[in-house]
Amino acid sequence: MTQLVIMAAYLALLVALGGVCNRFFRGTARDYFLASHSIGPVLLLMSIFGTTMTAFTLVGSTGEAFHSGIGVFGMLASWSGLVHAAVIFFVGIRLWAIGKRYGYVTQIQYFRDRFESDKLGLLLFPILVGLVIPYLLVGLLGARGVVRSLTVGAFPTLFQSTAGAVPPWLSGLVICSVVLAYIFFGGLRGAAWANTFQTCVFMLSGIVAFAVIASQLGGLSAATRQVLEMRPERLTRGAAMSQLDFFTYWLIPLSIGMFPHVFQHWLTARSAKTFRLTVVAHPIFILIVWLPCVLIGVWATAALLPDGSPVVPPTAPPNTELALMVEKLTTPFLGGLLGAGILAAIMSSLDSQFLCLGTMFTNDVVIHYLGEDRFDDRRRIWLARAFVVAIVVVTYLLSLAEPRQVFPLGVWCFSGFTGLFPLVFASIYWRRTTRAGAIASVLVTAAVWLWLFHQSGYGADPSYAFLGMMPVATVFAGSVVTLVGVSLLTTAPSEKTLRKFFHPAGKAALARAGVAVPAD
Amino acid sequence: MKRTTLYLSLLILFLLHQDSWLWDDSTLLLGFLPLGLAYHALYCVATSVLMYLLATRAWPEEAEAFAAGQRDEEAASE
Repeated sequence: MTQLVIMAAYLALLVALGGVCNRFFRGTARDYFLASHSIGPVLLLMSIFGTTMTAFTLVGSTGEAFHSGIGVFGMLASWSGLVHAAVIFFVGIRLWAIGKRYGYVTQIQYFRDRFESDKLGLLLFPILVGLVIPYLLVGLLGARGVVRSLTVGAFPTLFQSTAGAVPPWLSGLVICSVVLAYIFFGGLRGAAWANTFQTCVFMLSGIVAFAVIASQLGGLSAATRQVLEMRPERLTRGAAMSQLDFFTYWLIPLSIGMFPHVFQHWLTARSAKTFRLTVVAHPIFILIVWLPCVLIGVWATAALLPDGSPVVPPTAPPNTELALMVEKLTTPFLGGLLGAGILAAIMSSLDSQFLCLGTMFTNDVVIHYLGEDRFDDRRRIWLARAFVVAIVVVTYLLSLAEPRQVFPLGVWCFSGFTGLFPLVFASIYWRRTTRAGAIASVLVTAAVWLWLFHQSGYGADPSYAFLGMMPVATVFAGSVVTLVGVSLLTTAPSEKTLRKFFHPAGKAALARAGVAVPAD
Repeated sequence: MKRTTLYLSLLILFLLHQDSWLWDDSTLLLGFLPLGLAYHALYCVATSVLMYLLATRAWPEEAEAFAAGQRDEEAASE
């Protein structure tokens, strides 16, 4: 019951934070969607980091380390540190500049202009929405699993079918309602502030829980030595993964370049320099969050209770490893605190995703097709709010279906976004990219992704590989080859478009603008 | 430090991720950290250092100017 009270108090605090954020709301659509481009370095770092860390990070990484050992850190964490930071540096800053100059709010607005194609927007819209919704489900499924594990026995008579735990339908409903409460009123500014608060909570609670669990297992050395004796294979990569699998995982974090919610966060930055702290600190933040999770997952394979039974029984449901370690090895108070931390990590992604889908439906569909003049700021905001509510309801209803294991579902979702990465990269750096190349690349990405997803039993086979590699490698290769091949075979973009997006703001222009250019 | 040197360093760091030589090494660093895990923890730190150098020595100054609309007359006349 203590855990439940702490988690409930945390959720109430978030609703209160949403109320505070609402007082800073300027009442304009630009403020609702992009916080009026006013977010500074610390908030940008925390909000982007919080947004990219989800159930996939905490619950999924611990579970994966439990099943396959330390390799998960190199596969996802250290790759993410490098690739995320590089993508933010090479893509994020450029998109911020383009978005700020031309007033874009969504990716689709940018792609429509860049490739002079309304059809490309029409094609991308369902794909992006279709990829974000599973990503949302990953968060909700993870959150429900954590609440259930941490509240077993809290209501023995009320919820008999779940051994007294808060049932998934109820925890999902509460989580969706809380997220909705603070983004409904505060928009992206509310999400940025909430993400910052939530990032602090999940980082601190993770560190505290890690220290307490290590202490309960007899210290860092004793905990690892126990694994060395009982499950030594978990301390190496061995046969748990192939070298090729390990290498091709670098493609997964490329997905950040095409996440619509991250695009929206990039646009909130006050200036280009605001990104500096994010690109430098992001890899360190990943280290701080992932290392404890992976170690806890590995320790869980050999952790025993005083009666000799395993802390995490082999029959434990997937994605409950972290919750079980916390519940059985720490105090109820700390259990509640870590439960709040896990919810924080999950909700800090859900909020941005809900909001970005509402933003896309409002701007890319309704306003785009019915005409900008028909909607003043007030109507745009209420339209976005209505869409956000609808999306939350749909996601909640979808989450009531039978859940799959979090990790593979997330990987499939990220693979789709990675397949679209060549499009955004080429749109910034390759003048010769054409409309036909872009459309063909998106179509091939979707077709290859769907075929491979089908082959894997719709994610049921978590170890599915194609040609011995992660499916993402094939999706990515198909996307690149099509984009380059079709672009070279078709007519180059118009001079007007090239000048609009590629005008070199070269040294002469920079000199006139009084900007110091570093020597090459 | 030249921009090209930093980009080359990024490529080298990318390649160094594939630490095949530690694949089956279960040696514990500091008595608790498997070597394969310690390597990748340090890899994150190295990434942060390299990103700091990129952010200070190879910053895309032109992005700020572009966002502010500070382009030459030809573009402005569009």
